[in-house]
Amino acid sequence: MTNEEIKTAVSALFPSVTYDETGEFLTLLITPAEIRSVMKALRYNTEFSFDYMFCLTCIDWKTHFMMVYHLLSKTHRHNIVVKAKIADVNKPEIETLCDIWQTANFHEREVYDLFGIRFLNHPDLRRLLLDEGWDGYPLRKNYVDENMISL
Amino acid sequence: MAETEKMIFPAQLHQTADGGIVVSKLDDMINWARSNSLWPLVFGTSCCAIEMMSAADAKYDWSRFGFEVARATPRQADLIIVAGTIVMKMAPVLKRLYDQMPDPKYVIAMGACTISGGPFFYNTYSVVKGVDHVIPVDVYIPGCPPRPEALLHAMITLQEKIKHETYFGKAKTEEGK
Repeated sequence: MTNEEIKTAVSALFPSVTYDETGEFLTLLITPAEIRSVMKALRYNTEFSFDYMFCLTCIDWKTHFMMVYHLLSKTHRHNIVVKAKIADVNKPEIETLCDIWQTANFHEREVYDLFGIRFLNHPDLRRLLLDEGWDGYPLRKNYVDENMISL
Repeated sequence: MAETEKMIFPAQLHQTADGGIVVSKLDDMINWARSNSLWPLVFGTSCCAIEMMSAADAKYDWSRFGFEVARATPRQADLIIVAGTIVMKMAPVLKRLYDQMPDPKYVIAMGACTISGGPFFYNTYSVVKGVDHVIPVDVYIPGCPPRPEALLHAMITLQEKIKHETYFGKAKTEEGK
């Protein structure tokens, strides 16, 4: 599908979705509340069939967090980006996607480890890279490390 | 001392009618034996380890200088070449490996990361800024990564250091390396 066809098809299912085409990929901007239904449609509807999530990450914009999901379809050979804005910076939460894409399991653990986003209904939400007793989330913009030497 | 350094075998041979007598110092003999059979621990955490492996292979062949077998267990090794970045999570593991090695034991800090944190000195939360915060270091090699020749030079430098140690009296650990 072309970007225009994807936009038309997504808007037919989810009218509230907005789009951003300034980047390399077509970007779908959604709310955390509708993430499960949107992602399930993108994964299982045969017209989309996004069967491969090749990147899951997060951006700390200080005022909010932005979850970023890169999706690719091996059958249709098209790819998109889905972004979900998490407004609550004090208690950031979003639903897990690791039952839709298995790879999201470890990616979400990494994002939890470094950004402190809590993934609801994740089966095993523990720190992945850092020690169990690590204090804070190092990739947050407000992270303070007294031993860190800044240039 | 300059003469003994150049001697291959640190002793004098006195010929007699039916053979000969070897005269030497115990320290020299022990240090000669020790410095020529250093067994390095297999320990590499990043790109410096590639250069370390290269120093062990046929082209550079550190066996020529008495480094022979790299051991996979710290209990059989007396040299640890810290080849690569040490992160906070690795530091306790490295300390444990060092503690498990039998005395006398030696440490070579290979590359910029190991000496000071190198390219990860600024703005990082995870990298140990110099392995000498964790274990004592005998020889430092700068470079990112150092060439195998530099590693060989460091190992020969370490051998020179070992040749100046004393077996009785002052222990190595009390010298304040």
